[in-house]
Amino acid sequence: MTRSGENPRPAAETALVTLSIDGREVTVPEGETILAACTAADVETPTICWAPNLTPVNVCRVCVVELEGSRTLVPACSRPAEAGMQISTDSERVRHSRRMVLEFLGSANDLSQASEIADWSRAYGADPARYEGSADDGGGDLPLRPEPERVDEPVRIQDDLYIRAYDRCVLCYKCVEACGDDAQHTFAIAVAGRGFDARIRTEYDTELPDSACVYCGNCVAVCPTGALQFRTEFDLRAVGEWRPDDHSVTRTVCSYCGVGCNLELHTQDERIVKVTSPADHSVTSGHLCIKGRFGWQYVHAPTLEAGAAISGAPEPEPAAPESMPQPASNEI
Amino acid sequence: MADLHFSDAAPTASERRAVLAALGVDEESDGAVVVSHPRVVRAGMQRRKRMRHQLLPALHALQREAGWISPGGLNFVGRTLGVPPAEAYGVATFYEMFRTEAPTHELSVRHVCVDPICALAGAAPLAEHLRSQGHAVHEGPCLGQCERAPAVFIQGRREPDRVPADGSGPDSLLVSVTASTTGAPSLLRQMIGRDFRYSESMSMEAYRERGGGAALDAALRLGTDEVISQVTAAGLSGRGGAAFPTGIKWRAVADGEGPKHVVANIDESEPGTFKDRLLCELEPLAIIESIVVAGLTVGAEHGWIYIRGEYPLATQRLRHAIAQARSAGWLGEDAAGSGQPFDIELRRGAGAYICGEETALFNSLEGFRGEPRNKPPFPTTHGLFGRPTVVNNPETLLNVNEILRIGPEAYRSVGTEGSPGTKLFCLSGHVGRPGLYEAPFGMTLGELLGLAGGVQGTLAAVLLGGAAGSFVGPDAGELQLSLEDTRAAGTTLGSGPVMVFNDTADMSAVVERLAKFFRDESCGQCVPCRVGTVRQHELVTQIRRTGRSTEPQRELLGDIADAMGDASICGLGHTAASAVLSAMRLGLLGDTAS
Repeated sequence: MTRSGENPRPAAETALVTLSIDGREVTVPEGETILAACTAADVETPTICWAPNLTPVNVCRVCVVELEGSRTLVPACSRPAEAGMQISTDSERVRHSRRMVLEFLGSANDLSQASEIADWSRAYGADPARYEGSADDGGGDLPLRPEPERVDEPVRIQDDLYIRAYDRCVLCYKCVEACGDDAQHTFAIAVAGRGFDARIRTEYDTELPDSACVYCGNCVAVCPTGALQFRTEFDLRAVGEWRPDDHSVTRTVCSYCGVGCNLELHTQDERIVKVTSPADHSVTSGHLCIKGRFGWQYVHAPTLEAGAAISGAPEPEPAAPESMPQPASNEI
Repeated sequence: MADLHFSDAAPTASERRAVLAALGVDEESDGAVVVSHPRVVRAGMQRRKRMRHQLLPALHALQREAGWISPGGLNFVGRTLGVPPAEAYGVATFYEMFRTEAPTHELSVRHVCVDPICALAGAAPLAEHLRSQGHAVHEGPCLGQCERAPAVFIQGRREPDRVPADGSGPDSLLVSVTASTTGAPSLLRQMIGRDFRYSESMSMEAYRERGGGAALDAALRLGTDEVISQVTAAGLSGRGGAAFPTGIKWRAVADGEGPKHVVANIDESEPGTFKDRLLCELEPLAIIESIVVAGLTVGAEHGWIYIRGEYPLATQRLRHAIAQARSAGWLGEDAAGSGQPFDIELRRGAGAYICGEETALFNSLEGFRGEPRNKPPFPTTHGLFGRPTVVNNPETLLNVNEILRIGPEAYRSVGTEGSPGTKLFCLSGHVGRPGLYEAPFGMTLGELLGLAGGVQGTLAAVLLGGAAGSFVGPDAGELQLSLEDTRAAGTTLGSGPVMVFNDTADMSAVVERLAKFFRDESCGQCVPCRVGTVRQHELVTQIRRTGRSTEPQRELLGDIADAMGDASICGLGHTAASAVLSAMRLGLLGDTAS
């Protein structure tokens, strides 16, 4: 075997496949998904469980499309594009299933903080109220429809960094993937239980500070419904002061180590309220560690804000104060 | 294990012993386990990855020893197998047979089936009676003993699991239309009229004497291509419900790169189905023989049996048969003198209908939650451990034995053009003689019911294909029971259950229970099935309570059915509305109002 230079492999030519999306020919590199082909064809596709920086799990089924010759609809997010596929993204069957998925979620979960899902629900005419109990008892003494069962969970507030409100959780698996194989490899959470009773859980629902959680916040960053939320956002929402339209976003580089993770500082009223990283960033793929994600409180430390000279000033705490969960502060 | 985080909870000494025994671990020192099992001798991460498939056996051991999966026990299993505790907990909470809360008693648990046939036969009073006797009772889904309803399965606490009806009651009824016809295929030929209470009849010698081993001999003589072409020429299709052509499946795996696997899917959990249980209990060596035939034919090294946890007798007899097959040289480095290595390992399920779905079965066997995978890719290329895999149920595998025994032409001498051969039907409910019936494809439903002693009372409906099937009315006597005829009639044979209800049965209660079954058994992975099965159950409950359905209710049921059928990941969701919709059409759920 040669190590370098001599006898290099011929430059692999990426094979291309051409398929039809709603009657339009589209060409994408082999291995790309139908979703990528839809995007290339400027066809907008709703997604909930898909994210550019996670492995597709194809569980929400809101991206389904009709593939000629297939008995059932197929998930665009995970199905590889093949040459000659005839795809319909706006047929009656597709619109029906997408509407039903959105309706099902609306009937089971609190989606008040899932603005994108709300937009899709409007676009597809989803009407979750169809499942609600009706006052019309049809002449008998029973409502025509029962009270639909909903995901009913108390908000879990177990530390200063984030909250978990599982009544908003649509089981998209994104947090499990970000905690596990796709980013952090911590495996602090998994899906437990079965069917409608399935929930995201630590083992035995152990409180987060006692679990394997390292407080990277990558789960929060990928959550599409606000079921996982940074404490800053949760507290501001509680007093009606969460104003995303007023946020400005500043891109910078994390100062804690030499890796070079890009940070997006979301500020409201000149205070940092959230830190994210771009999903397409070559270093982070959108994922951060506890330091980049939460180690910004010193920016607002009173001594600094009062204009005290940095030199000679007591060294500010880099991260959250003593309420920081134990395993996390050890990490720092 | 530095990369995994565990709580301080420690296992009890007995939990530790139970897990180590289940894993075949000889000794343990400073956290490093020495595993004698040949499959799992590996180092470091590689070893742990290779050991995860032992998760289910380890959890079974904990459950039996402690009556639950305790935090200490779970930690010990997680450390030993390299499985994060959150994931192990996610797996444990997936199954009916595992508890993750401390029990309040030291008792074995009596599982009582509450699905339609057992409910008709008095499951509720039986459960009440058992409770009044001081037993721990768990009411759950079908236990695969519908011919002797109401069914009970005892999950042992520090004692082996057992089924009270095994060995104590009368033998289950076996009837075969083709058994006495020379040259016709018959899966039950060697089983009818034999005395199974004596273990001698289960020995390899006795099996050989009654003609056993002929299929394996033929397979070795014919070789891969000829075996597959005979199976293809015979027109064999899978008997689990999907009816996929077996020859095509085997060809694809035979052409694939090794390592390859063969899996016997004995997780039959479709309500009303008990055929594979009886086949395994009555002729376990034939099942092993058929797995060896499949393995050697497609060039697989690994054979697996995944059997329902609720089938203790079949499990025990299959284990015995595996040992005998190993002694006889059928298994090992040079399996049956073929020059190929092949061995079989048995795994018990733990109570999850979905694990009968082939890709859910793979995940379960690998030590993950039994959630189905999206297809494609199919098991023939990406099956167990991501390798090419043949997965068939015992009925299908035994049909291969019959094809090799009598040849494809004789095999096709019974059945129809589109459905050659015979089918095993599980008759239960209001028939004269519930039991296992083998009949050529194409027999009419009326003839089959006649064979089983006729309907008791006035027929109200027959549920073909189980919960995933559909109801037919009293006028369906002329329906020919073949794949093509049932398809044309908008129904299905499924895995062969035929559940008979007369006019004393509360049909709306039956339909509500079927809807509840899907609500309980949906794995929860995809939205259409997870929420759709709940909404369907709620609507059916409501319709039943009011005694009539309205137009908006029927429209909503149809909308739910379309979405589940079109957008779910697997067959469970695709068929979850089938029985309910057929019941609506037949008026089994009360009157229709506008």
